[in-house]
Amino acid sequence: MTQHAIHVENLSKSYDDVLAVKSISFAVKPGETVALLGGNGAGKTTTISMLLGILLPSSGMIKVLSEDMVKDRFKVMHRLNFSSPYVDLPRRLTVRQNLMFFSKLYGIINAKERLMHLAKELDLLELLNRPTGSLSAGQKTRVSVAKALINEPEILLLDEPTASLDPDTADWVRSYIKEYQKRTSAAILLASHNMTEVERICDNVLMMKYGTIVDQGTPADLLHRYSRTNLEEVFLDIARDRKKSANQAGDDASSKDIPRKPPHDDLEYGDI
Amino acid sequence: MSNSSNQTSQTTTTIPRIRHTPSALIRIQSVMMRHLYLMRASWPRIFELMYWPSIQIVLWGFITQFLLTNSSYIAQAAGVLVSAVLLWDILFRAQLGFSLSFLEELWSRNIGNLAVSPLRPYEFLTALMVMSMIRTLIGILPATFLAILFYEVSLYDLGLPLILFFSNLMMMGWTIGLLVCALILRVGLGAESMAWLTIFLIAPISAVYYPVDILPEWLQALAWGLPTAPVFEGMRAILFDQGFQLDLFIHSLLLNVLYFSIAIGVFLWAYHVARKRGLLLQMGE
Repeated sequence: MTQHAIHVENLSKSYDDVLAVKSISFAVKPGETVALLGGNGAGKTTTISMLLGILLPSSGMIKVLSEDMVKDRFKVMHRLNFSSPYVDLPRRLTVRQNLMFFSKLYGIINAKERLMHLAKELDLLELLNRPTGSLSAGQKTRVSVAKALINEPEILLLDEPTASLDPDTADWVRSYIKEYQKRTSAAILLASHNMTEVERICDNVLMMKYGTIVDQGTPADLLHRYSRTNLEEVFLDIARDRKKSANQAGDDASSKDIPRKPPHDDLEYGDI
Repeated sequence: MSNSSNQTSQTTTTIPRIRHTPSALIRIQSVMMRHLYLMRASWPRIFELMYWPSIQIVLWGFITQFLLTNSSYIAQAAGVLVSAVLLWDILFRAQLGFSLSFLEELWSRNIGNLAVSPLRPYEFLTALMVMSMIRTLIGILPATFLAILFYEVSLYDLGLPLILFFSNLMMMGWTIGLLVCALILRVGLGAESMAWLTIFLIAPISAVYYPVDILPEWLQALAWGLPTAPVFEGMRAILFDQGFQLDLFIHSLLLNVLYFSIAIGVFLWAYHVARKRGLLLQMGE
């Protein structure tokens, strides 16, 4: 039996009366890239936060590398890493100082060697002595990727990894992450609004809406199921409550009507 | 970006094998290193640490010189005011050093990185405590030398008990720092000014410049319920040639242990609530 890198079952999170994530279940295998796709407030960031252990679930189970993330997260924290637009690297530290700090934080003994390797790989050598706050968005993203890979994680959680990047830099980041995965068999879970990115690098897609997984499958499956040529159209179908096409009638085990807007849709869902 | 899309240099480089250590000490050291980098890069930060204690000493040194000829109390022990100022500053700097190091993580939106790392909360708190001690020493040491140089008042005349006073005041500073940080975790950065204000709440009943028995009786009970009053009473006992009062030291230590344990509990509870409500990724400027 394949050991899952991430295994989530009936995971829910509520804030007072607002249900941000509602009983979702999924698994990610080593070497697999899975995307969480959904509009603003769909519950993507909430889900990733719970996987990282920074947000406690209301109910359900999260196992990361076979460890319970609610009870025993420190057994695996050194084996995963993340990048999120909700956190920054200390702006006043230089790139070198930041990477040294994080490599020590993750307990890396040969920190200098690792730092120099990543700096070469991510084209950061000339930036090492510059304050992180003075870098351009693209340069900062490369530093964030270096930080996320500093401990050579077995699981990488990426929340909008290419947001606000120009197409060239975004493409370069995607390529680098894919190459990293090929080499290490890391499991990658990413939340994104970028459909091209998802189509290009993901093996599986979880479509989220109002805190639930409303559909899932490989990008090709989803395109077929909705009779669409790209994921953006599938996304819009789901966002606008259009039903799936007749293509998949009867052959989709997970088939169910896409939920309509809940009665209290003025509430912001999912975003923490 | 100098290189084109779809090209990374990974294939051409030898990849070094990563060696890990599970040592908590390394993680504590890393957080300290991050704060020391920050300090090292900015001399105004270091100057700021030394500025107030030194100004205070200059001011209270002159007040002492004036009172020496006008007050029989001061005439008995010339160093009583200056020593009190220095000890009070140890408490203030310890608390501020702890709270500011914590706030620094929030201001730079780095708290999320720390929370999603192998760093345990107790390791984080240990690093903040050590940083608070470093900040306190940077602030206080120059002021003690100024006092010797200009007013011939040496805090070191207190002898070995000075280490005990220092330890008790540091511990009380951390306790208040922990409570301030817990409050900030609960209500957000709107409460950051408490890092500068809270300590002054206990100043009137800490018997810094006057003995506890000057206070009204009901306030005396409160004063003896703080670990600070026994420290300052102990300092005066030494300066007025009554020697080191062990009972005052134990009194202060026991209260410190009690309050410190409560403060740790309150901080961990606030941290737990922050994890429950998803506040750790949101906090920042």
